This record gives sequence, C-alpha cells and structure tokens, in this order.
Amino acid sequence: MTTADGLLGLVETQRVVLFQEGSPLVLASGRELAPVEVAFETYGTLSPERDNVVFLCHALTGDAHAAGHHGDPSERGWWDNIIGPGRPVDTDRYFVICPNLLGGCQGTTGPASTDPRTGNPYGLRFPAITVKDLVSVHRALLSHLGIERPMAVLGGSLGGMQALQWALDYPTEVPGAAMVCATSRLTAQNIAFSAVAREAIMRDPDFNGGDFYDQEKGPALGLALARMTAHITYLSEEAMRQKFGRRRQDPSAPTPDPDAPESDFEVDFEVESYLRHQGTAFLDRFDANTYLYFSRMMDRFDPFADNQVFERLKTLVTRFLLVSFDTDWRFDSSHSRVIQRQLARAGVPVSFREIESPWGHDSFLLEVPEYHRTVDTFLDSLWRER
Amino acid sequence: MTLRPDLRLVADLIGADSRVLDLGCGDGALLDELITSRSCSGWGVELSDDGFYGCLARGVPVVQGDVDRGLEDVEDDEVDVVVLSETIQALRRPELALREMRRVAQRGIVSLPNFGHWRLRLELLTRGRMPTSPELPNRWYSTPNIHLCTLSDFEDLVGQNGLTIVERIPLDGSQRRASGLAGARPNLFAAGAIYSLERNSNVLNP
Repeated sequence: MTTADGLLGLVETQRVVLFQEGSPLVLASGRELAPVEVAFETYGTLSPERDNVVFLCHALTGDAHAAGHHGDPSERGWWDNIIGPGRPVDTDRYFVICPNLLGGCQGTTGPASTDPRTGNPYGLRFPAITVKDLVSVHRALLSHLGIERPMAVLGGSLGGMQALQWALDYPTEVPGAAMVCATSRLTAQNIAFSAVAREAIMRDPDFNGGDFYDQEKGPALGLALARMTAHITYLSEEAMRQKFGRRRQDPSAPTPDPDAPESDFEVDFEVESYLRHQGTAFLDRFDANTYLYFSRMMDRFDPFADNQVFERLKTLVTRFLLVSFDTDWRFDSSHSRVIQRQLARAGVPVSFREIESPWGHDSFLLEVPEYHRTVDTFLDSLWRER
Repeated sequence: MTLRPDLRLVADLIGADSRVLDLGCGDGALLDELITSRSCSGWGVELSDDGFYGCLARGVPVVQGDVDRGLEDVEDDEVDVVVLSETIQALRRPELALREMRRVAQRGIVSLPNFGHWRLRLELLTRGRMPTSPELPNRWYSTPNIHLCTLSDFEDLVGQNGLTIVERIPLDGSQRRASGLAGARPNLFAAGAIYSLERNSNVLNP
C-alpha cells in the first residue's frame, strides 16, 4: 500500500454496521437510531499493544477517504498531504482511522438512508444529531476494531470540535487531542453564514421538505449556492487575490465596454468560474440534508456551556494542541484562544500556536510547513510517551 | 537530562503543586522539571519557533506569543508564580512584564545578568567599547539583550512596581550560586542574580 514518495497507494473504504435494531445508538437527545452503518478507512498497522491509533475526525464536507487513492493515483484523499509514511501522520508508526461522520451519507447512515419504520429515506425525519453523537459512533467504531482508546484524536474545523468533545466527555480516554482552526462556539457571523446556506437549500423549489430522493433532481441550485457561499469564508481575501486577482475567465475575449448597452451576467471573472465549479462538483458527492444537519449541529455546539464539563476537567488526562492560521476568518485565532483559556484556567495542559499562512481557513488542508511540523512534533511526543 | 544550574535554583524557589507561568520559557526545561518532578502545573509563553517545538516535544504546555504584548487574557491571580528566567533583559517593555507578573501571581521569580559586574565596568572604562562577557557574548548591534541593567537598577524598578524582594541569589559566571565577595557586594561582583519577589500588598496601584 506504500509508495516510495511518502504517499499512500491504493486504499479501500470499509463498512460496518455498528448499531442494530435491538442495540440502537442512543443519541444525546435520548432518541434511538438503528441501524447505524459507518464507512471508514484505515492506514498503517495497529501495534500489538493497540496503542498507536491516530483517529481522524473530518470537517463539514469531508468523508472517510482521507488519504491514498481508490484506483486513480491522481485522485487523492482530502488530507493526503499530511498522512503517509514519514509524514506528520506517519503511517509507518501510527494506525490511522478515518470514518465518515454520523449523518454524513457518504457510506455512513444519514438522512439519505432508509428509515426501517417506513422503508423510505429519512429525509428531515432523521433525528437531530450533536457532536456528542458523532463521538459516540467514533467510540463504537474503535470498540468494534478491538481498540480501547486512541493515542490521539486529530481534526480541523468541525473535526477539531469532535476532538474537544471526545476529550471533555471521556476525560480519561484521550491522551492527545489536536484541533486545527477549530472553535468551541460559533459567533453570530458564523451562524449567519450557516443560515444563508440553509436558506439556499430549503428555498430551492426541488427541496420538497427534504423528500427529494425519488425526484429526478434534488435541491441542486440551493446546495451549490450553499457551497459557494461557504467557500468564500474558507479563503482569505489575500488568497483570492493571489489565486484569481481580477483575471478574466477567457483572457482572449475582448475587454467588455463598461458603457455597452447590453447586459451580460454570465461568468466573466475567474473567481466566478471557480466558485461555480466548487458548487457543481459538490453536488455529486454531498447530500443537501446532511448540509442542513451538520451546519445546525455546528451552530449549537457549545461544550463549555455545560457546567459539568468543569468537574470532568479535574480528571482529564488529555494534552491539547491548538493551531490557528492568521488569515483564517471563518474560525479566527480568537476561537482557539478562547479554548486555550478555558482549558488552561482549569489546569489542563494545552499548547497553542497561530501560524502564518495566506490561505485562510483552507490552510488546514494545505501543506503549510510550520503547521505540519507542529502536528508532527505533537504526535511524536505522544508516541514516545505511550 | 540535567537542568542548567540556575534553573535548578529557580526550581528550588517554587513549591510543589504550584501553578506556574513561565514567560520566555525557551525549550521548556524548567517547566518540564516542575511538572514531572514537583507536581506543578502551568504553561510557558515562548516567541521562538525552536523553543516552541522544544516544549511541544517534551509535552510541556506552551503558547507561542510575545510577552511584550502583555498577558491580557490571563486573569488576575490566575497562577501562583510567574517566572522570567533570563528574559527580562530581552524585552522591549520590561516594566510591563513586571506589572503583569504582579497582577497575575502573588509571587514572581526573575533571573537576569548583571551589567554592573566589575569586569564589564572595567572593559567600558579602559576600552571605551560596549563590553562583552561569557554571559553576554553578543555585540551591541546583534544582541537580543536590549534592556541590560545592573542589579541595583533592577532592584529600583522592582520597588517602583509594588514588589518586594524576598530573596536574592547572586550567580557566578557558571550560573551557580556565588559566594564570597559576590555575595557581599553583588552589584559589583556577581555575574547575575535570581530574585524571588512578592507582591507588596500595601501598594495598591504602583
């Protein structure tokens, strides 16, 4: 599975039913859900002591396919640059697990799955889920693999939120939690962007109250718009300037006459074409209802609002790493600082670093050398101490 | 790993189970000792990448940041002890650091080189050039130590900022506790010193 250049080769997505009728998943809300199937990938080898697990939690639009390829070596997993032999998430040393999240509909049970009570897709009858529920399913997956505890939980954005929730809910279970450009609580601006995305989806004429699975066409326009809006928040202004500037999509086309009488609203600038492409490419792989569930789950995330958390912090064994990027305006450094303060005040060991990168929130998916070295050093210290 | 002798002296001034904030913590050697051997907790603040990675590799909690920007998000009395080990002379705003130290902890420990040492005085007098020494090897234009002072200068600043000197440990050239003349007349004979400071409670707004 390994190639010489530090990249993983062919990998496979596996599937397992973790909760069945009779032993359902009990959600934080008290509601029950079964069956729950989970798609996941693993890289590297589990040590005989089962103590080298790096558990990856994906972000809002990720999936189980974090690294390697499924047949075409040029089509690689979403976090391929940080995972592999000799890379920060070193598959020569660690056993790496990455599942699709509960509700994700990319191999894992979600609103597109069949509701056993009706025989039809859940749609909006899928129960509301929280980050706590994602963690419950992660733990069930570990248990299925015969693993008692991860060595580290690592994630960016929503992925980091899961790492935080896991450590807070099970304070003696997670030796290391690394959270990259994450948050413990969305701001009004963050929620505003979530709201625009949801409105775009729900106002699409093909949304049909979430029951669009047997239609010829789902809320494609709305979902693409949601993705386009979100994508603007993932890049910094500087990144957009560098990537696109004011370049025109067709440089050979004559410069439009600003005084021309006829209107033209088709794609003109490169950035328009990029966003349109991001929107359309998203349709093939992402479920519109999942977008609603995940964005709402993020809006409501606020683990430090739970007073019992501070009681649990007294027994916490987790060492935290927080990384933010200076041009990220989706979850800027103040989000990480809030987490650092909450944890340090409670006596929890937490390290934090803001890293320079022009690429905004997207930086966590890119090969920013100081960021990769930071994750590498953190995981290595946990590995040596395990 | 053996701890540098002056850090050992600093560690000995800090009680077991203390909450410690180490400003300019370098590679985290002091905190590592305090956390592993003396059941202390706390974290360091370090500006350099090398220092940050050093801490991370040891598992010492560290925040990369600039002490000169203050400790605005640390609460009053949040920790027991603040350490400024061989740091204050490299700060742009040493007085701010002392005030912040006084705000967030009852106790502070500061170590610094002594620019009043007789060799440095003699070198300036005889050669008429900015002196260098084993403790201060850099030339004036390339030194990180932009706020050098004598021990007497430092003691004045401490007094002006509502802090009391509880103990002063004079250091020799090898960063060990100095004896003899250096103990009797540290401002002339000690290469540096470690100060244990306490908040002077009857000064409300220094």
